[in-house]
Amino acid sequence: MTDLTPNRRAVLASAAGLIVAAAIPLPGRAKQEAWPFAPNAFIRITPDNIVKVLVKHSELGQGTWTGLTTMVAEELDADWAQMWAENAPANVQLYASSIFGVQGTGGSTATPASWLPMRQAGAAARAVLVEAAARAWGVPGAEITVSRGVVAHQGRSSDLRASFGELVPLTENVVPPADPILKTPDQFTLIGRDVPRIDAPEKSNGTAIYSIDVVRDGMLTVAVARPPKFGARLVEFDSATALATPGVRRVEQIPTGVAVYADDTWSAFRGRDALDIVWDETGAETRSSDEMMTVWAEAARTAPAVAEDRGDVDAAMASADEVIEAEFRFPFLSHAAMEPLDGVVELSLDRAEFWMGSQWQTSDQNEAAARFGVPPENIAINTMLTGGSFGRRTTADNHFTAELSEIAKAAGPGAYKLIWSREDDMRGGYYRPLTVHYMQGGLDAKGNIVAWRNNVATQSLLADSPFEQFIADGIDGSSVEGSRGLPYRLPNARVALATMESSVPVLWWRAVGHTHTAYATEVFLDELLERGGKDRVQGRLDLLDAEDADRHRGVLERVAEIADWQGPDAGNGIARGVALHKSFGSFVAMIADVSIERDEPRIHKVWAAVDCGIAINPSIIEAQVAGGLGFGLSAAMFEEIRLLEGGDVDRWNYDAYRIMRNAEMPEVEVAIIESRLSPTGIGEPGTPPIAPAVGNALRALTGQTPRRLPFVAS
Amino acid sequence: MSIGFTVNGVYRELEVDPDKPLLWVIREDLQLTGTKYGCGVAQCGACTVIIDGIAQRSCVTPAGRVESMEVTTIEGIEGPEAEAVMAAWTEVEVAQCGYCQSGQVMTAVSFLRETPNPTDDDIVAAMNGNLCRCATYTRIRAAVRQAANSLEGRP
Repeated sequence: MTDLTPNRRAVLASAAGLIVAAAIPLPGRAKQEAWPFAPNAFIRITPDNIVKVLVKHSELGQGTWTGLTTMVAEELDADWAQMWAENAPANVQLYASSIFGVQGTGGSTATPASWLPMRQAGAAARAVLVEAAARAWGVPGAEITVSRGVVAHQGRSSDLRASFGELVPLTENVVPPADPILKTPDQFTLIGRDVPRIDAPEKSNGTAIYSIDVVRDGMLTVAVARPPKFGARLVEFDSATALATPGVRRVEQIPTGVAVYADDTWSAFRGRDALDIVWDETGAETRSSDEMMTVWAEAARTAPAVAEDRGDVDAAMASADEVIEAEFRFPFLSHAAMEPLDGVVELSLDRAEFWMGSQWQTSDQNEAAARFGVPPENIAINTMLTGGSFGRRTTADNHFTAELSEIAKAAGPGAYKLIWSREDDMRGGYYRPLTVHYMQGGLDAKGNIVAWRNNVATQSLLADSPFEQFIADGIDGSSVEGSRGLPYRLPNARVALATMESSVPVLWWRAVGHTHTAYATEVFLDELLERGGKDRVQGRLDLLDAEDADRHRGVLERVAEIADWQGPDAGNGIARGVALHKSFGSFVAMIADVSIERDEPRIHKVWAAVDCGIAINPSIIEAQVAGGLGFGLSAAMFEEIRLLEGGDVDRWNYDAYRIMRNAEMPEVEVAIIESRLSPTGIGEPGTPPIAPAVGNALRALTGQTPRRLPFVAS
Repeated sequence: MSIGFTVNGVYRELEVDPDKPLLWVIREDLQLTGTKYGCGVAQCGACTVIIDGIAQRSCVTPAGRVESMEVTTIEGIEGPEAEAVMAAWTEVEVAQCGYCQSGQVMTAVSFLRETPNPTDDDIVAAMNGNLCRCATYTRIRAAVRQAANSLEGRP
């Protein structure tokens, strides 16, 4: 047999036939010829023994290429070195998420949604290869083994062996089984091991291709001047100076503003700067975020829509020995992904091809089809690697795809790259909504929590979007997720919501509602435990009273163990805080060691324990928990988008919108709970617990609870 | 106007506006796309290249300023430090989205050329100018340490 252990670049080169960086920066990912064995929509095996997995959940950095490919390789009994992954094309019939029913990536669902389908795909392909070998060798399929990419039969007098690639020509008349037998966890050889991350080499040597890197023949690069305030409208513009800028080819009005088309990015930016535009600010959001915060805070006192109601809160609060109240304020936040929004479209007469970091392919495809007036099948989407998303690249209103389509529509057939500058991205809205929580807690004479009230005031993410149907009884679940169904014994508890209005566009931001609800609930609970004279870890353990209490208990006990929790005072001016929060099906507890240095909190170390079901790739889980808590810590420490009086955004770039740097990142230790349960989310669950863990440490350190995020005012 | 400089060992003469940031010359005129745009104002480090031996931000470097100089991008970086850093980056699995990592790698290579036997504090200080929104910072530190150790012949 051929012993072929290709590296990924060699695979790319052989499969694409040609890589010419100057002319075609796409290394043939989008168009592959001659993959002869296609047992299903997810797997292609070549005669030269490469197994390509078409990954339907976008690789945003969270590791879908590696995770989903591992599931296939496991059931296929492939050699990891022969595996290769790429993003699947947009095709809702073939690549709908088993959870959403459309093709898309979000809510930390890629792994749970793929757990059965990708393994079934691998197992079916294996069955075909075995059957092909059985026919060729004239032996019973049951006697054939497959291990590390080698199909073998050991006879009395002969050893027969073949690679997958060698069997490819023999698979033609073999029908894949509809219901292949899957392995049991004790048979796993790849799942649960740290197989090497499949995209690590190309992301370590600069060869990974993102949509910003795509070049097409005759392509123009486009920058768009958009309204300076949210809700403002274009009145008129003068493009004479812009058109006189070297490199600028044309200027067009599009629904979102004025588009400047140029030979290159720099010329497009310069041409845009030269536009003279009159905007109508009637109807624009002109309140400052401070004003909005005041209005939100007032609304939180009387939040009208009840999201959860247990026992009799009013009576319990009235008869409590002590009632404590607190208000927590959360700012608008920018996703601030390192690659700003960008994408390429190539329009011909009745079809269009996109290269973009699409995260919601079905919606993007339908949006483009509607804009161009063509059927969705005339829209091809090449989903590219993205320079981060954190929620930004999946939008309920498909605004980026719409704008890119309108740019092509306005200028006619041709290729166009739309690039948002960092400033466009940061001042352009789609923020984590500004939010206020108003909390009340009632304690009895023994310090037990007898009443709990959590009122949330925030803007709805789903209202006025295609997802509006998911708003039930006036409650947008994403506004209150993580505040209801708490795992603690709270016999009298009410969660209520005031849905606020503003023309500032808001969007899910890594961990969505949990980004504020985890802070409000876990910090307030911690205050009540302290007031009641309880240990912060044991107090939580004693309160656990949910169906899944054992898994909450598991992570909390584990984190207390690895951090050697002895209470909030860690000595040497360091205080500790703890938090426990379930999100996206996964359970995470954290302990943070915090001191104050140069008037800022310094986070020395964070211990995390996570239960996300079976750990498919522990190294990636560790990376997602560390990165997720880093993302949450950055926001809790420094991040805030403010609207000034009049409605202008004050922060346009990283110089003013501070995000966490290397020196501010704590040491991180992650413990993963061993489990055979089906996998749950991991891209987001690491984010929510860090802010309350640090907030609780700060209270232990200073005696003051941080009531307003971020901790460091700027 | 014509500007002449060496890129990854090859002398190039280009007709470009001398005010045009080197970043866009590298990415669009020369089609070397490993160098990334992140902020345009020297805050994030995604555009880091090495100019005459010094790591610099190409997004705020006018093309006219590199006349007759030697520019090295991620596509052309060579030598024991470069090999050690890229190997460590892959082994440690630093990258998540990967977008900032070219700049991180260029900064790390330049740093290890100057500081062959760094302390942990040296590493943090050297890498502090490069933002990573995925917060891969702990693995960045581990990978630089691993690269430094391998250059010193330590495990």
